[in-house]
Parts: sequence; structure tokens; C-alpha cells
Amino acid sequence: MIASPVKQKYITPGVMILIILALNGLAFLAVRFISGLGAVTNLDNTTPWGLWIGVDVAAGVALAAGGFTSAALVHVMQREHYHAIVRPALLTAMLGYTFVAFAVCVDIGRFYFIWHPLIMWNGNSALFEVGICVMIYLTVLYIEFLPVVIERFMFRVNLPGLLKILNKPLDGILRILNRGLPKTMFVFIIFGVVLSTLHQSSLGTLMVIAGQKMHPLWQTPILPLLFLLSAIAVGFPMIIFESLIASRSFKMKPEMKILSSLGSMVAPILAIYLAFKVGDLFIRNAFQYVLVFDTAAWMFIAELALIIIAFLLFLSKKTVDSPLRLFVASTLVIAGVLLNRINNFIIAYNPFYNPKMYIPSFGEISVTIGCIALLVLIYRAVVIIFPVISQENVKARN
Amino acid sequence: MKNLNRRDFFKTTAFGVALATLGAKSAKASDKMLSEDRIGVLVDTAVCVGCRHCEWACKVAHNIPTTDLDTYSDNTVFKEYRRPEQTALTVVNEFENEKNSLLPIQVKTQCMHCERPACVSACIVGALTKEEDGSIIWNDDKCIGCRYCMVACQFQIPTYDYDRSIDPHIRKCDFCHDRRKEGQLPACVNICPNEALLFGKRSEVLRVAKNRIKRKSDVYVNHIYGEQEVGGTSWIYIASKNFDKLKMPTLVKNPAPGISESIQHGIFAYFIPPVTLYALLRTIMWVSTRHKDKNSENLSDIHKDEKGEES
Repeated sequence: MIASPVKQKYITPGVMILIILALNGLAFLAVRFISGLGAVTNLDNTTPWGLWIGVDVAAGVALAAGGFTSAALVHVMQREHYHAIVRPALLTAMLGYTFVAFAVCVDIGRFYFIWHPLIMWNGNSALFEVGICVMIYLTVLYIEFLPVVIERFMFRVNLPGLLKILNKPLDGILRILNRGLPKTMFVFIIFGVVLSTLHQSSLGTLMVIAGQKMHPLWQTPILPLLFLLSAIAVGFPMIIFESLIASRSFKMKPEMKILSSLGSMVAPILAIYLAFKVGDLFIRNAFQYVLVFDTAAWMFIAELALIIIAFLLFLSKKTVDSPLRLFVASTLVIAGVLLNRINNFIIAYNPFYNPKMYIPSFGEISVTIGCIALLVLIYRAVVIIFPVISQENVKARN
Repeated sequence: MKNLNRRDFFKTTAFGVALATLGAKSAKASDKMLSEDRIGVLVDTAVCVGCRHCEWACKVAHNIPTTDLDTYSDNTVFKEYRRPEQTALTVVNEFENEKNSLLPIQVKTQCMHCERPACVSACIVGALTKEEDGSIIWNDDKCIGCRYCMVACQFQIPTYDYDRSIDPHIRKCDFCHDRRKEGQLPACVNICPNEALLFGKRSEVLRVAKNRIKRKSDVYVNHIYGEQEVGGTSWIYIASKNFDKLKMPTLVKNPAPGISESIQHGIFAYFIPPVTLYALLRTIMWVSTRHKDKNSENLSDIHKDEKGEES
């Protein structure tokens, strides 16, 4: 099975809607950069972090976990059977992390100082660790994607107009890379998995320092472990989710052989996550806070329910064999992990002086949706230009 | 990637060891010793009359625009509970006194200058530092505006400039670092007409606080707020009313950064865990590759056999 560029037109009605959403987000972004965070967001001194950190950054990193889980499966454990999922997962991770970095740039007040952590270190800070790991991992992801670029453009660099003079040097670079990369790529791949393990867990450590400001349903010293486990758990469902959407969007037959065996690995991982999540609740004696049945309790129940239902669905062979059921179950896992990140960063953050509850503004939501739309648009462009998706089972409908 | 061999394996391990030595170096740099003579302020809320002169003096000392001192006698501001903000690094709030309704209790709020500050531990670039004398100051040249200090602070003190796109500041009480360098008292302490603010060594003001509570046990509740809260603070309070009734958070004795830092240093103990993980993954990869190669050799053997039988 060999990956090749998807032969489809770029513009469709769906794409037009995505473009409008992206432009809407960009408009609010412009206001943020001209007038400051206060002009667009509902953030204030009581709620310094909101939707952008909770969803764009924290959930974004979690949902890009397909990159390192698939790399671990295919490259480290050498399960060639799953080879076809590596490139799409890699592309998602690469674009996902690019947008995480972008979202960080948008959210931090002095965006022009984003490079400061590179030279100003604070080893005690969980955020410093996350920042450094994400920066390095993003670089590693781009390196991992280079073979795709080489495959597509080596001997074929053909820039238009004045850029023509760059054709030869660029081609030379690709050829040099092509000689060096295959021998060293394994270093980057393992490094990528290690970096992911580190920052996925450190994202959980982030909120530990908030201490008593965090609701006891979520505040636990094993937050980093829970974040890591949930990231691993959402990796394969995310790959399945995207693959099914892509095959529908590009009118191809879903790769059920691969997706089913991927799906059959999800239940055990979810079981481990659930065991730690629920076990921790009882060990810390925090179950009483569920029985209060307030907003926080309901959000916690919702988050747990999504994962439990998904777990039960993934247990059955019927789910794993049907594209529709597989899609539903995967979506539930994704929703559960997304809600978990929202809960940890927004709902659980409940400081002592809290005159009014934080609800994201229209501008914040617009930017978040706009970013996701832009990500999908770029993904579509990349799979049309580069050999990312394997099309053994192309079924042209027209 | 298919021709992995033992030499590659050792190459990668060496790479890890190099990283480990780097990590060992960077892990030590952060701990600064606190001076035995570190400073503190005792806020005696039973003595404070709520004149708010400290609010005015603080603004003057920090170049924050303010109205004349006379306007600060306006008591209507007490109707609403106020928090420190960009334009007011300290604020005074008023609370009812059940023992004597004519003498309401006023409580000044500003950065507590924690002994084990969460903001300093959290700051991604080390823009917030705990000085030897106990004060915590913010470095304009480093801050990236991520607001993690605000997430970390148990007293919700740092404030952010939400209305500026370029050069927004994190602002909080800096214990008048600049004034003290010139031998002056902090502006608020200096102006306080009633000596409700007592400045000195932390150990000294703590002793005074204990004496006052002992001497007037009918007036004060037996609790020095800040003596032990989140590991202790430089600013300490005594009051005639329980502190939770004065809108001061009830906090544990453990320093806020404690757990977070132990996790952080656990994961990164001299880079041993990450390097071990790397080595482990490398080993799995090596074994899996060999296993797979063997399998495919076996497969081709079978093919040969079959062909042999055919011919």
C-alpha cells in the first residue's frame, strides 16, 4: 500500500463554510493583537486562563496524540500492518502542534517574547517544561514529515517565476536530506515519543500548583499520569475518527482492516485510564463531591460517562467491525478527553475570590473555531499536494 | 530505518548520557537561600482605621496616577469589596465588627510575599524572583505575559494589563524594592498614621504579633494569618475576627509549589527517567526489528522450500 496525493478538487461547499469560519476567527484575532486580550476575551484577574488555554492548547495537544501513539506502534514496535495510518497521524500531529504553538502566541500577553523560554530557564516550572518539549517536539514532527516532502518533490522542484533560481539549490537540499534522513530517522522518532510522554504528562502538572483553587474532583497529585493515560487513550480513536472522515470526504473506502485492529486496542487502554481515574477518586476520598450534584459534579459525571460508554462500546466486536459504530465510539472518547481538558482548565479552576463565573466570549469561541477550521483547510491542502493518504482501496464514484 | 544495528543503539545511548549531564547542571541553579534577617510586615487590623493613606502612598511610589490624598477619606468605596488591580497594588476593605459596630474592621490587601512562593516556582521564564530579603519582584525584561503566576498564586494577587496589546504588565506589590534600596521604608508603612503596619525582620514582627495576641486575648483571635499559611508569608495579619470572615482564604500549611515541584523533579531527576524511556524504546525497536527480520527470513525459507518441492 503506497501513499499518494489525493485526486480531488480543493473547493467544495463544506470548504467554503470552513473558509468563512476561519476568516471570522482571524477578524477577532486582529482585534486581539491591536487592542489586547481584554478586547476579545472574558478573561480577567480572577480567571487568567480560559478557552484558548483549555481547548486550543491543552485539548489540542491531547488530540494530536495520535502522532506519537502511532509512531510507537508502527516504528518502535514495528507493526507494519498499521503503516498506512502513520502519515495521516503524523500530519495531524504536525498541524495540531503548529496550531498549539500559534494558540500560545495568541494567548500570551507578550507574544513577541515567545522565544524567551529558550534562553531564560526555570526548571521548577511545569509550564517551562511543557513549552520547551512542545517546541522541540514540533521541530521533530517537521523532521519526521520531511521524507514525505522528499518523496513528492525530489527531482521535481519547479517553482514559478523569479523563484526559479531556487529550484536547483532546493533540489540539492532534498537530495542531501534523502541521503542522511533514513539512517537517522529512528533517533527522531524515539525522541518524539519520549518528548510526547514528557509534555503530555506535564500538561497535567500545570494545574497542580493551583492548589486549593482547583476543585477537589480534579486536583490530584496523579494529574500528570491521568493526562498521559488519557492522551494515549485518545490517540487511536482520533486516528480512526480522522481516517473515517477523510475517506468519506474524499470518497474512498474506509480502511476497515487497519481501523478495526486499531479499535480493538482502545478498550484496554481506556480501562487502565478509568482504573486510575476512578481509583484516585476513592483513594483521595473525593467521591463525596460527586454526590453534591452541582455544576462541577455534573461536568465530572459527564466526562466520566463519555469515557465509560466509549469503553463499553469498544469492548464489543460489533463496534470494531462497523465503520459507523467505530466512528461513534471514537467520537465519544474524543469528546470525553476534550471535556476532561475543559474541566481541568476551566470548570475546576474555582478560586476563592470569584465574583462571576467565566464563560468564554463570542470572540474567544470564534478564534477557537476559526483555528480548527484553518487546520482542516490546511490538512486538506496538504493531502492533495503530498502523498499522505494510502489509497489501495480507491473507489472512484464518478 | 531497517538496518538498525548495535552501533546505532550505543550511539543513541551516548546521546542520552550527554543530555543527562546537561540536566544535572541546570537542576541546581534555582534555589536561593533566604536570609535569616528577611523582612516582614505585621498588619494589625485592630489598629487600622481605614484612612487609606497607604493606597495613595503606594500609587505615588509606583508612579500610578492618583487623585489628591484628601479624596481618600471618602468612605463610600468600602461599600464594595475591592481587589488589587493594575492601578492599585494595595487596597483596604472594611468588614463589620460584631463586638463593636462603631469600630468596623479594615483589612489591607497586597502581595503576601510568600516564603515559598507559587508564582516564582510557576513563572516560565523566571521573571518573578524571591530575593534574599524575602521580597518577590517582577522582571519586566523577562515576562512573556503567560499569566501562569496568576493561576498559581493562592492569594490571587498578580494582576494583568488586559487592555494593552504591546507591553502589558504583570503588576503586584514589590515590597517597595526601589525605596528600600535607598534606605527608605515601604511607602505604605511609612505613611501609616496609626502604626497599623509594623515593618521589621519577619522573626521580629512575628514575635510582636504573638505578644499582642497574648496580651489582649479578649481582642484578638488566636491566629496569626501568614505564620503558616502555604508555608508562611512575609506579611502577617492579626485580627479580632476569624480570617475567613474577613475574606481571607483558609489555606493549608504546605507550600503551594511543593507537590508540583516534586512531580516536576521526579519526572526529570537528572534526566534519568526520560533517558531510561529512550533506551527502553530503543531496545523494543531493536528487538522488534530483529524479530520481524527473522520472521521474513523464515517466510522466504518456506517459499524456497515450496519452490524446491515443485521443481
